[in-house]
Amino acid sequence: MSEITAEQVAHLANLARIDLSPEEINRLTTELGQIVDSVAKVAEVATPDVPATSHPMPLTNVFRPDTVVPSLTVEQALSGAPDHDGDKFKVPAILDEE
Amino acid sequence: MTNLIKLSAADLSGLLADRSVSSVEVTRAHLDHIAAIDTDVHAFLHVAGDAALATAARIDARRAAGDTLGPLAGVPIAIKDVLATQDMPSTAGSKILEGWIPPYDATVVRRVRDAGLILLGKTNMDEFAMGSSTEFSAYGPTHNPWDLDRIPGGSGGGSAAAVSSFEAPLALGSDTGGSIRQPAAVTGSVGVKPTYGGVSRYGSIALASSLDQVGPVTRTVYDAALLHDVIGGHDPLDSTSLTDSWPSMAAAARAGLADGALKGVRVGVIKELAGDGFQPGVTQRFDETLALLSAAGAEIVQVSAPNFEYAIAAYYLILPAEASSNLARFDSVRFGIRVNPADGPLTSERVMAATRDAGFGPEVKRRIILGTYALSAGYYDAYYGSAQKVRTLIQRDFDAAFAQVDVLVSPSAPTTAFKFGEKMTDPMAMYLNDVTTIPANLAGVPGMSLPMGLAPEDGLPVGLQIMAPAKLDARLYTFGAAVERLLEASWGHTLLSRAPELAPTEMFASEEGVV
Repeated sequence: MSEITAEQVAHLANLARIDLSPEEINRLTTELGQIVDSVAKVAEVATPDVPATSHPMPLTNVFRPDTVVPSLTVEQALSGAPDHDGDKFKVPAILDEE
Repeated sequence: MTNLIKLSAADLSGLLADRSVSSVEVTRAHLDHIAAIDTDVHAFLHVAGDAALATAARIDARRAAGDTLGPLAGVPIAIKDVLATQDMPSTAGSKILEGWIPPYDATVVRRVRDAGLILLGKTNMDEFAMGSSTEFSAYGPTHNPWDLDRIPGGSGGGSAAAVSSFEAPLALGSDTGGSIRQPAAVTGSVGVKPTYGGVSRYGSIALASSLDQVGPVTRTVYDAALLHDVIGGHDPLDSTSLTDSWPSMAAAARAGLADGALKGVRVGVIKELAGDGFQPGVTQRFDETLALLSAAGAEIVQVSAPNFEYAIAAYYLILPAEASSNLARFDSVRFGIRVNPADGPLTSERVMAATRDAGFGPEVKRRIILGTYALSAGYYDAYYGSAQKVRTLIQRDFDAAFAQVDVLVSPSAPTTAFKFGEKMTDPMAMYLNDVTTIPANLAGVPGMSLPMGLAPEDGLPVGLQIMAPAKLDARLYTFGAAVERLLEASWGHTLLSRAPELAPTEMFASEEGVV
C-alpha cells in the first residue's frame, strides 16, 4: 500500500496551484493511493543497468537559421488575455501583503 | 443522385476534379447532415458553416479558373479541438479555454487549409485529451453512431464519430496513448498515429510532449494516406519534428491494393496483447483475421514483448508528469478564463489556484496531482525515473520483434464500445482501455487501427491494430490497405455500411410529427 495522505494531497494541490475542496482532497487521496499502488510496478524491471529514455526519437542540436521572421502583433498576443492594460498583460498583485 | 456524404475523400476528389460536383455542394451536404444528426451525436463543439461554404466557393472558383489544386482540394474535414485554429474557438474540451480563439493556426491546420480542404468545425474530446470515452469533455460526451448509449472512444471520440456518422469524410486527431486508434476501433473507422516527429505538433495543445502525435481519422486506409501526405513532413516550428523526407503514403496504400500484396509478409502477433481481459468477440474477429491473412500468403509469427506488461504503469507516470508541467501554462494571465477566489486577498497565486479549480475537470486535476507527485523530490527516481527505464525496455521489445517480422498486429482495443458511466468511477479501469495502444506511443513507432468486423455478442465494431518500425509509416499503409481489401472482400461490403442510419434529431422528428 502506498502511504498517500490527505495532507500530502493538499500539499501537492498547493504546489500545482489548484484550490481543492476537502471532498476533492479526500476522494483524490483514495484514488491516488490506488493508482500509485498499480503504477509502482515499474520498479520491478527498472534495474540500474537500464538507461532511461526521455524521448522516443532523440534529436540533438535542433537549430533554425538566425533570421527574423514574422511574429504575433501585440494585439494578437493580448487577444486571449483575461485582462490587459494598454499593451501589457494585467495581473493581480504578485506579492501577498505578508 | 449520389449521396455525397457516403463517398470517400478519394471518390469526392475525383468528382470534384472532373467538376461533376462542386465543393459548395459537397460542403452543404455535410453541413445539412450535421444539422440533422449532431444534436444526438454531439461530435462537434463548433460548426463553421458560413466560413466553410465561403471557402468552398473560393475553391470552386479557383478550379473553374484552371488553377492546379491538390487531390483533396474542396473536400471537407473536421478538426479536433486540441488543434489551434485562428478563426474558430480552440478549447481542448476544457472550460478553462472556453471561447479562446488562438492568434495562430497549428501547422497541420495551416497545411490542410493550404491544400484547399474545407474546415467544417471543431470536434469534441476528453478534456486536454485525458480520457478514453469523451465523458471527460467539459462540454458533454459524444455518442457512438453505432449505439447512441455508448461511448465513441477517446480522447478523439468527436473526430471518430464525425467520420463514422458521415458528418465529414476526413478528420484530424491526436494520439498520446491511443486517442486516434481506440476511437477508430469502437466506431468502425480508420485512424493512424504516425511515427513520433513525422507530423508537426506545433499548435497542438500539449498533453504529454514526448508522446503526442497528430494524425488522420478517416473511413478508408487510402483516405488516411491522402491526408497523411498533406499534414506530414518537417516543420521548423516543432523542434521534435523529423527532418526525414517521406515517401508518398498514398502511393504506399495503392501498392497494398495489388494482388499478392500480402504474400510473404511476416506478421507478428504479440502474445502479451491477447487473452484475459479481451472480449471474446474481439478475440474471435482477431483470430479470423489472422486466418484470412494466412490464407492470403502472409506468414503469422508469434512474438513476445515481455515488458508491455509494464507499459500502462510507465505511461501513467510519464503522461501525468509531462501533463502537470505542460498545463502549468494555464495561469489565468495570457489566455483562458480568470476566476477570483471567493474571499481573501487577490494575489496572482490565489487567482491562479481558483481559476484552475474552476477551469479544470476531475480527470485533469487527478492527473496533474499524480504528475506533481511523481516528479516530487524523494519520489522522482522511484516513479518517473523507473518509468523512463521501462520505456527503454519497451523499445527493446519492439526492436527484437521487428527483427523477426515486418509488422505487428493486435486488437486495437480490448473491448467494443462500453456504455456511458460504466468506467467513470474507477480511474484504473478506464486506464486499462489503453493497454494495446500505449506501447507504440512509448516507443514512438507508427500505429494504425482499421475495422475487422463486428463482435458477435453485441454487434459493435472491432478494430485491428497494425504497428510498423519507426519511420516506416508507408509500410502501415501498404499492409493496412491490403488487409482492408481482404476483409471487405470477405464481407462483401464495408463495415460502416452496416452502421444504423441515424434519424434526424428528435426535435426535428417531433416537429414533423406535429405537422
